[in-house]
Amino acid sequence: MASLDDLKKRIASVKSTQKITKAMKMVAAAKLKRAQESAEKGRPYSEKMNNIILNLSCGISDKEIAPKLLSGSGKEQVHLCVVLTSDRGLCGGFNANIIKKAKSYFVKLNKEGKELKIITVGSKGNDQLKRVYGNKIIENISFKNSKNANYFDAEKVGKIVIEKFEKEEFDICTIFYNQFKNVITQIPQAQQIIPLNTENDNQDNSEDDYEFEPDEDEILSNLLPKNISTQIFKAMLENSASEQGARMSAMDNATRNAGEMVDKLTIKYNRSRQAAITKELIEIISGAESL
Amino acid sequence: MSDEFKIEIVNPEKSFLSKEDVNEVVVPAFEGEMGILKDHISIISFLKPGIITIQAKSGEKKYYVEDGIIEFKNNTLSILTSYILNLEDIEKNKLQELLKTAEEESNKPEITDQLKYLADQKVETLKSIN
Repeated sequence: MASLDDLKKRIASVKSTQKITKAMKMVAAAKLKRAQESAEKGRPYSEKMNNIILNLSCGISDKEIAPKLLSGSGKEQVHLCVVLTSDRGLCGGFNANIIKKAKSYFVKLNKEGKELKIITVGSKGNDQLKRVYGNKIIENISFKNSKNANYFDAEKVGKIVIEKFEKEEFDICTIFYNQFKNVITQIPQAQQIIPLNTENDNQDNSEDDYEFEPDEDEILSNLLPKNISTQIFKAMLENSASEQGARMSAMDNATRNAGEMVDKLTIKYNRSRQAAITKELIEIISGAESL
Repeated sequence: MSDEFKIEIVNPEKSFLSKEDVNEVVVPAFEGEMGILKDHISIISFLKPGIITIQAKSGEKKYYVEDGIIEFKNNTLSILTSYILNLEDIEKNKLQELLKTAEEESNKPEITDQLKYLADQKVETLKSIN
């Protein structure tokens, strides 16, 4: 049985933990609002980009001459996986969910006998993956110093990916990130960016006859690298909103749990205080009786 | 009949500008400057570093862009760019900084011809602003 003093100390420590988690929740809520806003503001760009590329790729009838970023390298042997995680912990299942999704994909690739290469963005993902897949990780990028997700960081990642593709180091590229649905729900996503998946977007091909200047091929080969950066940027924005959301709900839970713990400890403290008083009384009374 | 059309400029972070009363836009297309008026044919093109000039009812505005894609369709001009600045509120030292990085870029020894061309364009445009 812990002594009264010990209990008192524990209550104090849980209370101060609660204060911290409460503050973190507040900070996450404020950041979440900003992250959500920028995720929403970033959407038109990636949507427009996607539309233009769809329009363009419809115009290219001959798959042979299409740029490799669109049509693929013709093989499916080497897979590159870009795993986007956060740089900071204490955000509930946020990183674990992405890693889980990525790992199950890795296992699938392994079974099919495909070769695997990994780029991790964010230090938390690297920490978790390097234990099992350490030899597969070819690059680890971390943007600890940038405050918010910004396009230049995304472009850096995009450039690395494209460079490796041009050197034919891989055939298919997939990015893993958390899609922000709401504060409580984030859905881990796997999105293939090379070759670009244009098939399931069969929206109205409204027979727009565009004039191209210069011709389609040249525009496409200029656009596709940009699109990759854009897709990565989109993933980063979704990720940062998800991260803050996950952290907010995790910290909310932690605060609540700490509150419960304080209540329990307080009851325990009061009980043992009472017990001590009763014990002392009994001692006095029985001492008086024996006189 | 009015001869105004709509313009939308978006960059990755946000929707930069949206206007409904535009008469004429001049963009630095890759193969030369291009003026766009109402009822232009649907076109997709991309930009080199340069100045976008927007003539609207509310006055003329100039913007500096480093790259971008334009799409004109149904009298809506969409410009996607990753770097855009309003020339009115651009600061002198910011300009100098941009110019310096552009010059450094163009003087790199291992640069490809196309990148070199783009960097030179950047330098030229920035100098003309100064």
